[in-house]
Amino acid sequence: MIKVMSVVPSVESTPDPRELFVIYNRADRIFRRIVTSGALTSLILLGLIGTFLFVRSAQIFNDRGLKFITGSNWTAGSGDGVIPDDFSIGPMLTGTILVSVIALIIAMPLAIGGALYIEFYAASRLRKLLSTMLDLAAAIPSLIFGLWGVVLFTSFGERWSILLNSRFGWVPFIKVQAEVFGRSPFVAGCVLASLITPIITSVSREVFSRTPRDLIDTCYALGSTRWGAIKTVVLPFGRSGVIGGAMLGLGRALGETVAVYLLLNIVFRYNFRILESEGGNIASLIALKFGEATEYELKALVAAGFVLFLLTLVVNMFAATIVEKSTRRK
Amino acid sequence: METIKKGETKVMQGSQTSVATMSASQTTATAVRGLETKNVHAWFGKHHVLSDVSLQFPERTVTGLIGPSGCGKSTFIRLLNRMHEFIPSAAMAGQVLQDGQDIYSPDVDAAAIRLKVGMVFQKPNPFPAMNIRENVLSGIKLAHLKVADHDSIVENCLTRAGLWKEVKDRLTATGGSLSGGQQQRLCIARSLAVEPSVLLMDEPCSALDPGSTLRIEETIKELAEKIAVVIVTHNMQQAARVSDFCAFFLTDGGPGYLVEADATKKLFTNPTDTRTADYVQGKFG
Repeated sequence: MIKVMSVVPSVESTPDPRELFVIYNRADRIFRRIVTSGALTSLILLGLIGTFLFVRSAQIFNDRGLKFITGSNWTAGSGDGVIPDDFSIGPMLTGTILVSVIALIIAMPLAIGGALYIEFYAASRLRKLLSTMLDLAAAIPSLIFGLWGVVLFTSFGERWSILLNSRFGWVPFIKVQAEVFGRSPFVAGCVLASLITPIITSVSREVFSRTPRDLIDTCYALGSTRWGAIKTVVLPFGRSGVIGGAMLGLGRALGETVAVYLLLNIVFRYNFRILESEGGNIASLIALKFGEATEYELKALVAAGFVLFLLTLVVNMFAATIVEKSTRRK
Repeated sequence: METIKKGETKVMQGSQTSVATMSASQTTATAVRGLETKNVHAWFGKHHVLSDVSLQFPERTVTGLIGPSGCGKSTFIRLLNRMHEFIPSAAMAGQVLQDGQDIYSPDVDAAAIRLKVGMVFQKPNPFPAMNIRENVLSGIKLAHLKVADHDSIVENCLTRAGLWKEVKDRLTATGGSLSGGQQQRLCIARSLAVEPSVLLMDEPCSALDPGSTLRIEETIKELAEKIAVVIVTHNMQQAARVSDFCAFFLTDGGPGYLVEADATKKLFTNPTDTRTADYVQGKFG
């Protein structure tokens, strides 16, 4: 006999939600372990690096406190106490930020423009060639860029510097004290810009190419120009990706050693005039001093590294929040 | 002198063709107010996808393009407002005349043509970064049109698209917050804001539920009181419900071609070609 199910609502109160169980089979379990360990490795590495740097440099922070960050002197003592050790990285920290920001300001318009050209204006054969070249350029070691930049930008950069100075000399941070150009944060920024432009362009192009085709078509169907479609659909769609690419580039610029080492006169004085022939960044400081450092100086260098580590961490977290915010709005 | 001989082009019977006054420089004898194609072909690379289609789309009519998948309907409709050329390696031959003027002639700005010949796509796609009001006005902004009263355009277009009553209190909500059918009507309103004289619709209801489909069909009929509407559809009943004229496309594995074009009533009840009869009765396709 068939029992007909009752459609009368149950008298009892609403039941609690049931607990759901997932059963992983063997292959799934193994794979799960592999990917989990992969994900954990990077996290553990990051933690270990941070801990190592901090432990090795704790003495410096203990001895010197905040002065290590703000001071502007790097003198190795004579060892017998006549000349005391004095280590601090103020100008190098600001120099790191200054050079990177200059690089980013120069690189961003180039990168976005280049990505838009490749994706929306270049003929299809040229597009393939260009995007391949771009990915290759993004993979070139920074040393090569540094060498090339030294040769190219010491002459070009000087001419641009003179031009900038003569037109915008009234702007405080463009003004120079002596009319000596070259080997300035501006020139170093130019080299770093050429170093990070390929990677930002590459990432931006990739994001732009994912713009839904029907949205672009809609713009055209409304009588839009190509620029109109780019402004209305492509740029808003690609915004978070472009920011991500920029941060990738910024991260590279912040940690860049060789190009800056070769290009800048490392001078321990706060300098925000971008055309002045002095500057430096943390990475190049470490490269410069590491070879002949005393034991205590080595600790100071590790401490400088720790500061750089924190700086990149903060920049990346900041970038992540921007990306998240701009994607969440959709 | 080029004249249209009777029987050479498949002129729809009973269409409201009118002879436009010609300027002295033009030599063609007659021109249709609205759209007209003459011996149109289309290729993708070396692949010939559409062969020799001549049709007329006079103003104040709805024309349905029907036929099985892959017979070139969508390619054809994209030829009518020069969207075809955005596909790499796309090529075409023949003429598409808008009020007698060849839209593929070298001195014609394609963007200006697309302003007059609007298009609604298969998938509802309001601009995600804009709210409802901005979506309606987006075409005006994109084409840099000077308009005095934005509010009345928003109201007018949304009313014509049959959406005004539902959204008038939340014009600043994003387009994505609407249902699929509402989004598609928003897209129609967006197309209407630039005042096109022809509206092309590429399967506008295929992603929608029956209720929304019905609303859009009502909208189409109202639009046809002013402009020409061309609609690609796989839904035979829809073609029968909304269109005044129908064109039946087919392919035999080669390029798609036009089998028959006629008043919808005749095409559905008494078609000339047996293949048309088989298709509209649902024997294949």
